[in-house]
Amino acid sequence: MITLSHYIVFGAVLFCIAVAGLFINRKNVIVLLMAIELMLLAVNTNFVAFSRFLGDVSGQVFVFFILTVAAAESAIGLAILVLLFRNRDTINIAEIDDLKG
Amino acid sequence: MIDPNLFQLVCFYAFAAVTVAAALAVITLKNSVHAVLALVLTFFSAACVWLLAEAEFLAIALIVVYVGAVMVLFLFVVMMLDINQEQVREGFIRFLPVGIVVALVMLAEMLALIGVRAMRAVSMGPNPAEAAGLSNTAWLGRALYTDYLLPFEVAALILTVGVVAAVALTLRKRRGVRHQDAGEQVRVDPRSRIRIVKMDAVRAQAPAPKEPQA
Repeated sequence: MITLSHYIVFGAVLFCIAVAGLFINRKNVIVLLMAIELMLLAVNTNFVAFSRFLGDVSGQVFVFFILTVAAAESAIGLAILVLLFRNRDTINIAEIDDLKG
Repeated sequence: MIDPNLFQLVCFYAFAAVTVAAALAVITLKNSVHAVLALVLTFFSAACVWLLAEAEFLAIALIVVYVGAVMVLFLFVVMMLDINQEQVREGFIRFLPVGIVVALVMLAEMLALIGVRAMRAVSMGPNPAEAAGLSNTAWLGRALYTDYLLPFEVAALILTVGVVAAVALTLRKRRGVRHQDAGEQVRVDPRSRIRIVKMDAVRAQAPAPKEPQA
């Protein structure tokens, strides 16, 4: 019998993996973007689970919107990344410090 | 005959294990292309987990939209950029312990917050969509097109803005290349291109017959 806590623990594990990914891939912006996608997936899993267990459709509607916004976000993020690589020839975070005071 | 509840649980554990393993591969693989492929596997098995929660529409949308479009976008960008693997990997070992410690502490806190034992009692009730006599898609769509119509329109607007922004960011003007100027084309006035001359019809005079030489 699957219970609500199964889903929530699954989401928590995914989220923590994504946080660890943010820490250990400090140099590679693409992997950072992928870690953010993983975080959104974990959150969406929680929404789906609560929607199913509470019998409320709002959770699934919210997942729908999160998917939309995440798609737009990754498209713009990747466009910025391409622009950055074209101008600087690197995607290393440490070298992208133009705004440093 | 296997108990359906037990079978569901076994499926959940299998899909969840594949998802977690693929997510670990995403953040640790050396090659970015392999990382994207691992992310595809993560999303695919997460969609299977959603299917177990009877969110059929969202599971299929996750596969079609995410695996089909967004991940292919990632793959294109990874292949387009010429990334120096060694340079990108430096610092991986240095930050590894910090990352693991932070992730484990966060996980422990979250599990304490969730109170695994307290929520074990909440088991899956009857499917709310079926209770309303609808399929999952109809259930979701009915809410989306009535209660959430304005957010739905705003989401469409956000997607449009995203497309325009992505194109505007990456558009590059090259010199020495001939291209169309739409504004110039629209502004064209026919009178500046062609001049109509009104003139009377003139019949060409037939040359006079030659007088025979005497």
